[in-house]
Amino acid sequence: MATQHSRSAARIMMAPAVILLLGWMLVPLIMTLLFSFKKYLPMRGGDLGWVGFENYVRFVSSSAFWPSVSATLIVVGGVLAITIFFGVLLAILLNQPMWGQGVVRILVIAPFFVMPTVSALVWKNMFMDPTNGLFAHLWRFFGADPVSWLSEASLPSIVLIVSWQWLPFATLILLTAIQSLDSEQLEAAEMDGAPPLKRFAYITLPHLSRAITIVLLIQTIFLLAIFAEIFVTTGGAFGTRTLTYLIFQRVLESQNVGLGSAGGVYAIILANIVAIFLMRIVGKNLDA
Amino acid sequence: MARAVTNNRKIINTAAAWAVGLLIFFPILWTILTSFKTEATAIADPPVFLAFDWTLENYTAVMERSNYAKFLWNSIIIAGGSTILGIIIAVPAAWSMAFVPSKRTKDILLWMLSTKMLPAVGVLYPIYLICIQLGILDSRVALVIILMLMNLPIIVWMLYTYFKEIPGEILEAARMDGASLKEEILYVLTPMAIPGIASTLLLNFILAWNEAFWTLNLTAANAAPLTAFIASYSSPEGLFFAKLSAASTMAIAPILILGWFSQKQLVSGLTFGAVK
Repeated sequence: MATQHSRSAARIMMAPAVILLLGWMLVPLIMTLLFSFKKYLPMRGGDLGWVGFENYVRFVSSSAFWPSVSATLIVVGGVLAITIFFGVLLAILLNQPMWGQGVVRILVIAPFFVMPTVSALVWKNMFMDPTNGLFAHLWRFFGADPVSWLSEASLPSIVLIVSWQWLPFATLILLTAIQSLDSEQLEAAEMDGAPPLKRFAYITLPHLSRAITIVLLIQTIFLLAIFAEIFVTTGGAFGTRTLTYLIFQRVLESQNVGLGSAGGVYAIILANIVAIFLMRIVGKNLDA
Repeated sequence: MARAVTNNRKIINTAAAWAVGLLIFFPILWTILTSFKTEATAIADPPVFLAFDWTLENYTAVMERSNYAKFLWNSIIIAGGSTILGIIIAVPAAWSMAFVPSKRTKDILLWMLSTKMLPAVGVLYPIYLICIQLGILDSRVALVIILMLMNLPIIVWMLYTYFKEIPGEILEAARMDGASLKEEILYVLTPMAIPGIASTLLLNFILAWNEAFWTLNLTAANAAPLTAFIASYSSPEGLFFAKLSAASTMAIAPILILGWFSQKQLVSGLTFGAVK
């Protein structure tokens, strides 16, 4: 069907996008790889030669490494658990017949459109501030001492902020998936006397499993990379230094490019492990 | 009887859904309300919800204090420029993949997607260094290019998904009638593709507007967009709730409105067509 002519035209039309993305991927990646094998301190002598795997060893053996791994796991795991659990509940709720469904949907989606620096600052000051925040007012109202959230419960606070940003995403995708569920199947189960919990466990949940997996994978990739939320709330203090933040500090704050690049390579490998699973699902769905 | 039961259920559903929806929306609502309070009312204990003297003084204060227009302009240029540039590059690519697929099309699409998975922090220094070498650190050009490249895979994917839905027979008919490739794209494909292009534009504008890694790390005084403008309020001198709220409201209002229009495309766009 496609002629030789249109094939070569197609190739030319694809070229700019492919070449640009190839450059965007390869050039920085190769530079990071090269830097990671060097002692490279731009402010203190510049390029000081090859050091083999020293940066890789030093990055994982530094005292900051394991705390940052656990901070990363807590943030990613916590946000995933919260957004998927409440996302499923919300999707089911929003799928029920009700008045003003469209408006509720808009209210629920809204946080996704708020820029990360705004949501972090709004939560940090107007809700979590230990003297003037709304939570402090609420705690005092019940006679309790206000908590300084971002220093005393820093990780849970970050998890709360990021969950608020990502719950809309999970809800929206799960809602879309739930709407494709055949309602006759549910009705038949109801006729046969299956209680709501069983209907959920045996019909709704299996139907949602694919969408849940996709939410899980896409969110993991984005959550591993969260930056602004930590940058404006704690600046990495109080145990909130995630892997991403640690690398950022090594590279730009302490200007130890070799060490930071080795960390970067670890981050790239980690993200790729998650990405492989995501690509497999997306690829299966692609009938090209 | 059965009808009464369903009506009862509907009332309960409505109440529950609205309660949850308002709870989730509350931080945004509270920010908007606070932006119209005086600084003293903003931190009043107990908090005042609606019964206060509404004022616009925070908005004027923010505009005067911080050259807000410049940040806004930077945001518009960076988000708009990167999106339009991305679309210009992606349309031909998506077109050819959708209508002249080859054995490798699927691999190319998946590979493009995989570049999106590269964590930005892993390539922070190389990009930083390249910007310094080219003299474009803290310039809008750098951010337009970087955000374009960052979102290019999503743009190609979204367009590809939309183009796929255009029936190929129409194109063949046009070809039979002797339309050249250029005419085919200009007069047959484009009119049918406009809705898809529009929603791609919208979603990617939103993503670029809210991007907060490169915009925070590669800008200073010159090219800083609204994300960086808001981040500057994290310093102690910025601890004025009402002014912070006014600045925040101004930064998110345009996107909230655009976002509500794009919510239908959001799902297939962000899941790369895996959930529709």
